[in-house]
Amino acid sequence: MIKAIVNVSLKAGVLDSQGKAVHHALDSLHFEGVSDVRVGKQIILKLDTDNKDTAMADVTKMCEELLANTVIEDYEIELV
Amino acid sequence: MKVTILQFPGTNCEYDTQHAFEQLGASTEIVWHKKESLPEDTDLLVVAGGFSYGDYLRSGAIAKFSPIMKAVTEYAHKGGNVLGICNGFQVLTEAGLLPGALKRNDNLHFISKHHHLKVINNDNIFLEKLSRNDVVNIPIAHHDGNYFIDQDGLKELEANNQILLRYTDSDGEVQNPNGSVESIAGICNKEKNVFGLMPHPERAMESILGSDDGVAMLQGFFK
Repeated sequence: MIKAIVNVSLKAGVLDSQGKAVHHALDSLHFEGVSDVRVGKQIILKLDTDNKDTAMADVTKMCEELLANTVIEDYEIELV
Repeated sequence: MKVTILQFPGTNCEYDTQHAFEQLGASTEIVWHKKESLPEDTDLLVVAGGFSYGDYLRSGAIAKFSPIMKAVTEYAHKGGNVLGICNGFQVLTEAGLLPGALKRNDNLHFISKHHHLKVINNDNIFLEKLSRNDVVNIPIAHHDGNYFIDQDGLKELEANNQILLRYTDSDGEVQNPNGSVESIAGICNKEKNVFGLMPHPERAMESILGSDDGVAMLQGFFK
């Protein structure tokens, strides 16, 4: 069994309002030295296969079709 | 005039939409998302507002895989008129029938109020009964209404007169409630048969309820 960890976040050029709000809140709490905050989401999938190539191909397709909206979001896949 | 209205689990504007179109003299039919075909006599297909599938993952993201959506895509590609209101707009962008995407509002709040909109282009069936630069007052009610499109996409929208409406104040000066690119409230596809907007014209049908500016908008679809 392979576990796939998918991280989805807004693309670099797309304003992340949630990240901005969190950054502002950190400032209010006097946490210094934070230059940027981006908020994303993590999707964890358990896959039946043991083949990493198959797993990567399948999860990539899932990201393209459903898990991410590639108009505004990037995704990263990690297999463990 | 036959208006077909889609209903997903979580849709909640289908009866308002039905009431609005019947008030204008149309016959209507609400179609459940599990069906695989649309009524043959459909003149206009409306993807109504609400929270399809609880907006899980992203607004409209799961609805695009409902059985009925294949028929919707075919209908749109054949030139049938499609109108997506609010969540319907989100579904149409997720399904790739309209360009761009709807993000969380810039201020992160759910916004529910009347808002003025300026007509930007009226060379399409939807807004042809209005004039360019007309200002209408229509309710908005959304959390994810922040329209995004990249610079190339924006240029294409502008070049093809695909921008329908912008958020403004009552004088028609830009006033952007949610952070949308260029204050865009509604767009159409290049072929001008698929329309999407975040505001709710079906909720602006009676002046006693705040505005009847939605009448002239929805009437566009009537011959």
